[in-house]
Amino acid sequence: MGQKLLLEHINVPEIQTYNVYRAKGGYKAVEKSLKMSPDEVMEEVKKSGLRGRGGAGFPTGMKWSFLDRKTDKPRYLVCNADESEPGTFKDRFLMEKIPHLLIEGLICSSYALGSNTTYIYIRGEYKWIVGILEKAIAEAKNAGFLGKNILGTGYDLEIYVNNGAGAYICGEETALLESLEGKRGNPRMKPPFPAISGLYGSPTVVNNVETLAAVVPIINLSGEEYAKIGIGKSTGTKLISACGNIRNPGVYEIDLGLPVYEFLNSDEYCGGIRDGHRLKAVIPGGSSVPILPAELFYKNIKGEERNMSYESLSDGGFVSGSMLGSGGFVAMDETVCIVRNTWSFARFYHHESCGQCSPCREGTGWMEKVLHRIEYGHGHMHDIDLLVDVAKKIEGNTICPLGDAAAWPVAAAIRHFREEFEYHIKYPDKVKNSRFAHLDDYKTSLQLA
Amino acid sequence: MIKVTIDGVEIMVEPGTTILNAARQAGGDIVPPAMCYYSKLKGSGGKCRTCLVKVSAGSEKDPRPMPKLVASCSTPVQDGMVVQNITSPEVLEARKGVVEFLLINHPLDCPVCDQAGECHLQDLGFQHGSAKTRYEEERRQFDKIDIGDKIQLHMTRCILCYRCVYTADQITNQRVHGVLKRGDASEISTYIENVIENDFSGNVIDVCPVGALTDKTFRFKSRVWFVKPMNAHRDCNKCSGKVAIWMHGEEVYRVTGRKDKYGEVEEFICNDCRFEKKQKSDWVIEGPREVERWSVIGQNKYAVGTKVTAPQNIGYGNIID
Amino acid sequence: MDTNLSEITFTEERLAKAKEIMARYPEGRHKSALLPILHIAQHQFGNWLSAPVMDYVASILNIKPIEVYEVATFYSMYNLKPVGKCMIEFCQTGPCLCRGVEDIMDYTEQKLGIKVGETTQDGKFTLKGVECLGACGYAPMAQIGEYYYENLTKEKIDKIIHLFGQEDFNPDQKYDI
Repeated sequence: MGQKLLLEHINVPEIQTYNVYRAKGGYKAVEKSLKMSPDEVMEEVKKSGLRGRGGAGFPTGMKWSFLDRKTDKPRYLVCNADESEPGTFKDRFLMEKIPHLLIEGLICSSYALGSNTTYIYIRGEYKWIVGILEKAIAEAKNAGFLGKNILGTGYDLEIYVNNGAGAYICGEETALLESLEGKRGNPRMKPPFPAISGLYGSPTVVNNVETLAAVVPIINLSGEEYAKIGIGKSTGTKLISACGNIRNPGVYEIDLGLPVYEFLNSDEYCGGIRDGHRLKAVIPGGSSVPILPAELFYKNIKGEERNMSYESLSDGGFVSGSMLGSGGFVAMDETVCIVRNTWSFARFYHHESCGQCSPCREGTGWMEKVLHRIEYGHGHMHDIDLLVDVAKKIEGNTICPLGDAAAWPVAAAIRHFREEFEYHIKYPDKVKNSRFAHLDDYKTSLQLA
Repeated sequence: MIKVTIDGVEIMVEPGTTILNAARQAGGDIVPPAMCYYSKLKGSGGKCRTCLVKVSAGSEKDPRPMPKLVASCSTPVQDGMVVQNITSPEVLEARKGVVEFLLINHPLDCPVCDQAGECHLQDLGFQHGSAKTRYEEERRQFDKIDIGDKIQLHMTRCILCYRCVYTADQITNQRVHGVLKRGDASEISTYIENVIENDFSGNVIDVCPVGALTDKTFRFKSRVWFVKPMNAHRDCNKCSGKVAIWMHGEEVYRVTGRKDKYGEVEEFICNDCRFEKKQKSDWVIEGPREVERWSVIGQNKYAVGTKVTAPQNIGYGNIID
Repeated sequence: MDTNLSEITFTEERLAKAKEIMARYPEGRHKSALLPILHIAQHQFGNWLSAPVMDYVASILNIKPIEVYEVATFYSMYNLKPVGKCMIEFCQTGPCLCRGVEDIMDYTEQKLGIKVGETTQDGKFTLKGVECLGACGYAPMAQIGEYYYENLTKEKIDKIIHLFGQEDFNPDQKYDI
């Protein structure tokens, strides 16, 4: 059983309230941080090896160190709670179940960065969580952990929650900042990066909910101790939101480095594939990371067992590997049609493209339409290579990573499940009226694990 | 001054200059095409991705290449930067892709489009596109709408460069149109029926790289290659009065800003000059304009001294099948 | 809903809330309050944003109407046309697809006699297909009003249609299904 750093008290009744949270040792990290200098807090985060939990996995301490501290402008910390990557629902779980952990992490981090006004940008659909967070903020303020002159240190901080209104793209940090400024969520051209010119043109750090919550155990344990958990450069614990055709969908906190076999099959976590079915494929880190067929999920191309870490899941690059991403873990059994699933993701990215740059605006729609045709029995063999080529022409050529996120799943699905696409094209009558892959003659040829 | 090398050509530029503007200082084939960037409009650029180039050495200090192709219009040069434009197959391939993306939802009916002959997308397609389309799906279509009595918007032809939005923001005092919706459903619109009423609103026509915004006082009166552009001026209390008038015989068919070889106007002009002054006697004619763009319009040798650079197709065969 | 221009004014409570939200942002940056205020407006004026309502929001924030239209049309949660009192928004992205949301949507369509994207004649129900709502582990699911209804079954749909079709249905309330 792994260590529980974030979810240790998740089952304590009324842990959402300040009193219970405090009684369980809450806000000790704030007390500790405010006795340290901001640089010392940042140093702990650097030592911890914490990497961004939103999906990119960029070292948090390094991101913080880029923040322009020389200007006279105010500095901002913005919490990215725009969780919208299909397969990902961990931040929601954390904010709903233990909101004070996020508020505590925000206070420590804001202090380290010198932010006196910190915003939580939360996706609009999580309407009811806004109330939960605002209540936690009010309680923390009432207890003297927010507001003017916190704990007599002279440090002032206000935290506000700003809700979005339905746009995946606002999870991209510069689109988020645009949206927070009351504009369309069009990602900005970089440079300048937010660390130099972010919210209102001021130096800004944007971090994911889980990343900021993880600052609490880092301060409590020390960065060095935190770094001992995990494996290699994947330090600490990670929330994984597991879904798809597994027995126990839900959010799990794992020590990074947990063998994937154990994560998927032990009763402590996913509990294996639902009764009577077998694993066909896994998307280990949210819909934008490459899908892996069962055999490549368990073991890399060299035959070594994979574990849940940034490095191990990406072993093999995009040819035979994937990514840990946001921790949105989708396991699919043999009843899932890869073509239909890929089409649904393509439709998602098409729907969510901001439309600012041409490869993404036009390419995502094009891919969706071709996939739709194939799924509904109107595909041609040359469509498969066309999709690969369109994906290639989007990838790397857009303003923001949404283009890549749209291209990768299509490219990977074709790379690993090409026969399934060909099957749809060869036997249009069989696929036309069936929603899922209830195609026994195809299924028997599948490699399942 | 700092040094940048583009396709082997060394150029000395001021710090802060973008790769695209550095290339324009040198001129010639090394200049990347640009459909959305407009030097006179703050914030423009970065969107169409036609100007993507490869940075094979970031700077003298840090000669590592940049991992992805970059938009040359919004990437500042560093001292010692080495850039590849048409010498990079990767750039040409990506650009071919971008042109294809811009064209999949664009009607391929140049013969009935008023912009034909001076359309940047036509030029771009000719120079960097493929001869055939791989797109089999239905194309996006919109109805034509009038935004004011002199300007027509045909969204079907729009490539969403945002130039007209920046123009309204920066040149006029009250923007009533913008980009609505998102993704490939995005459209330029006023949302509710509204007219663009402003002394400088006509400039949206000049900045539009395609036939999405056209001058209703000129629409379908003539093909652009049958009219002769002349530099002309008049005393105007709203703008500089320095314009290009497009003559058909003794008649002034239309008035536009004076565009340089990158299609950018030298100065924005007012609606009075553009729409109301259609008599030859309204203008002091300076002489014929030189057409430097190699576009279709340049094929008509109508003015003495016109420089016409031969059209070139870079590497992908002729668009005319 | 017919909107009479003179009737478009926030209730005192909502206006106070709008002012409070505007005060969260630095001097001159009150446009930041646009998204939250549009939510408030949509909530007061029949769960959709008419052009006059958007113009009213522009006047509160002292920005151009087009700035509001640009934003309101960008984000998927703003309804630009009237919708039913109970709007059922089914998540239809990959993970929900794996868990059979399509069967649930079919069933609901049959039960209400409308297609996704349509509103029942009595104006009670609107069906909508939306993209990932971040509830993948509890699929299939739908959002109704402020809340999520998860692990949906046909029986739960029956219950939703029965309960939410009642005159006293309150979309701001979470119901036990």
